[in-house]
Amino acid sequence: MNTFLEKCCDECWHSKERPCDLFIRCASEGPLCHHNQSCRDKFIHLNNRMLYIEQDIPIIFIGMGTCGLASGAQKVEDAIRAEVEKLQIDVKIEATGCIGFCAREVIVDVKLPGEARVSYYEITPKIVSKLIQSTIIEKDIFTEKLLGAHEPHSKGIKLLNDDPFFKHQVKIVLKECGVINPVSIDAYIARGGFSAFDKALRRMKPEEVVREVLQSGLRGRGGAGFPTGRKWEMALKQKSAHKYMVCNADEGDPGAFMDRSVLESDPFRVVEGMLIAGYAIGASDGYIYCRAEYPLAIERLEKTINQCKEYSLLGDNILNSDFSFNLKIKKGAGAFVCGEETALIASIEGKRGMPKPRPPFPAIAGLFGMPTIINNVETLANVASIIGKGAEWFSGMGTEKSKGTKVFALSGKIRNTGLVEVPMGTTLNKVVFDIGGGIPGGKRFKAVQIGGPSGGCLPESVIETKVDYESLKDVGAMMGSGGFVVMDQDTCMVDLAKYFLTFIQNESCGKCVPCREGTKRMLEIIERIPTSYRFTKEKTDQLQRYKGMITLQRLASVIRDTSLCGLGQSAPNPVLSGLQYFRDEYEEHLYERKCSSGVCKELLVYTVDNSKCTGCGVCVRKCSDQAILGEKGHAHYIVEEKCIKCGMCFEACRFDAIVIN
Amino acid sequence: MHQYIFDNYTKNDKSSLIPIMQEVQSVYGYLPEKVMKEVSGYVGLPLSRIYGVATFYNMFRLAPLGENIIKVCRGTACHVKNSANLLFAIENTLGIKAGETTKDRKFTIELVNCIGACSIAPVITVNDDYHGRITTKDIPSIIKKYSGKQKAAGIEKAEEAGTV
Repeated sequence: MNTFLEKCCDECWHSKERPCDLFIRCASEGPLCHHNQSCRDKFIHLNNRMLYIEQDIPIIFIGMGTCGLASGAQKVEDAIRAEVEKLQIDVKIEATGCIGFCAREVIVDVKLPGEARVSYYEITPKIVSKLIQSTIIEKDIFTEKLLGAHEPHSKGIKLLNDDPFFKHQVKIVLKECGVINPVSIDAYIARGGFSAFDKALRRMKPEEVVREVLQSGLRGRGGAGFPTGRKWEMALKQKSAHKYMVCNADEGDPGAFMDRSVLESDPFRVVEGMLIAGYAIGASDGYIYCRAEYPLAIERLEKTINQCKEYSLLGDNILNSDFSFNLKIKKGAGAFVCGEETALIASIEGKRGMPKPRPPFPAIAGLFGMPTIINNVETLANVASIIGKGAEWFSGMGTEKSKGTKVFALSGKIRNTGLVEVPMGTTLNKVVFDIGGGIPGGKRFKAVQIGGPSGGCLPESVIETKVDYESLKDVGAMMGSGGFVVMDQDTCMVDLAKYFLTFIQNESCGKCVPCREGTKRMLEIIERIPTSYRFTKEKTDQLQRYKGMITLQRLASVIRDTSLCGLGQSAPNPVLSGLQYFRDEYEEHLYERKCSSGVCKELLVYTVDNSKCTGCGVCVRKCSDQAILGEKGHAHYIVEEKCIKCGMCFEACRFDAIVIN
Repeated sequence: MHQYIFDNYTKNDKSSLIPIMQEVQSVYGYLPEKVMKEVSGYVGLPLSRIYGVATFYNMFRLAPLGENIIKVCRGTACHVKNSANLLFAIENTLGIKAGETTKDRKFTIELVNCIGACSIAPVITVNDDYHGRITTKDIPSIIKKYSGKQKAAGIEKAEEAGTV
């Protein structure tokens, strides 16, 4: 047997046309329909092979998620293939997803027969031959780039879970990410996959499934944190011939990438979550609405769906039951607002993705007018574990109102960028410094931006805040989808507010006035703050700058209270949280006309340090406006009136002779 | 050459509009008006509605693009790591602004909200290749690497079909 679809002997009659209802249980305990020790052995061997317990030849795992590929995983794979060919050794090469430690990509694991799996970091094509020499030929450890062992190793090397990055994490959603082959349904089944769906389908009524999810306290991981069970309950109560289950994988929040990673590294978990949800609410059709910017995730999802169909886990009469569920992928077309439920529905229907007023809620009248449940990828990835291990297990983690774990995408000025999953209630401090490893380059921590364009920036004074829905809201941010961008002293908060407003302004669908016009006016006000006298045309600009600041707060509250959808309602958050915590920085820009982070270009003054300038002339060539004068070999001079403050001279100078004031 | 696209979709199914447009764009690199008229007839929607959808989503283009598409990520993590400077350097090197195509139709610069590779910020992609953790100093060599490439498949096809 090489797959679970193959028959152990002629007595097995499971096929796509005539599925056996015990198929999933059979995979782990089989065969169930007859007693035969040799058949039992076949199942045990297959399971062990899929779990990498049994193997004849060494296995090399390469982390091939988008971040791995972007760091050169494909080149590493080619180098490994060339190397093993050259050495004429037999190895199996397995592509996995992302283990979450993106800062250390490309991550390669080596597992020798009968030995623990060992991870190595930052593998490049150049050191591949060294890696293979020491691990496979000499059967030793490649200590130079050792990350850790997955299980206790005979040589007593450190465990992966003792690494500070992994030590504080509790993994539910990311449990198998980077560990298993993401496109093998057999690997997923061998690890207990689909057993939760099997349990729900055969031993639980839809009401019981909904109750279990309700009791677990699971809340939507996409942003607002609405209790998932309550949503399902609403849809379950609807008497309708047709219901839809939609997975929202339109991860538009810039700075969040956990949904992409889960879809790339463990797509079956999401499909299983959708199956359970579909069964619970009585849906017969499902859609996964995925961003087109994630081509790899879409490709893996397509493979996943095809395999599920082959195994009779999708389609009509799944596992010989009355439950039918068809799953389709819809590609997004690049609109942030489509992450909003009603806009997403419009987009699936082939319209402009514009939100609708609620009620009616999608759970009552959604896609094509039918009851529709929309859940985020991470929410659905939790469902199988909840059904499998029970609501009590799940609600045992987290805080009073926020249960379970949350995945954060650590990025920005932080040492260990990547994906981390922590129990709700973990402090920001722990995430930034213990797991994230703090700020690189000896810089000072300034703020962390949580929740993307709808969230807020939290400074050091509130770093002991716990991550849960309520606590984050209290300090002016929000959970959002889990973007976690860390900033150091070189980030300007005014510039950041400008960045988010530009984003929101571009992405506003234009349906309601407060969002369409309000965000535009707000952006104008913020844009005026860091402009210099020199570049303004109107004489009243200085006056406008102060006037704008006076009306900013009121404008923000009008937008928040009167916008149609969540995008508009939360649009002022980055500005409001900026004003709350970084007022002095705004005032510095306004009154002193300077930007101490050195970001707002128009407020900077570039000069040449005569003692350092060698007169090499590189800056003169780089300067697009001929603002730099000087003879070769003599110190140069920047004509301030001509300088457009692009900073190209600063970047180009090899002697640090350009000074920014 | 795009006729096969219609075979996968039922006639007058309005919800298939966006997938059809995506496939047309993957063939031609943009949405030629001539083809859109056919699409309009097939899905049973007026051309104005299709224009509305095409202009709403960032993905769709109504004009042909360059051979090489440089996408500059403007996500939060990239922004914090100075992707604005990166964009400025690319714009300076090519002499065009974001959203424009060079005169020789070699390069197009596009902005993208986030490509989800925040951990290796700042990121740009050229065609399908990712370039992460880069600085303005890397820009000339990256652009040089793609300058010599042949015409992109989409443009050649469009020229054959006479839609350009």
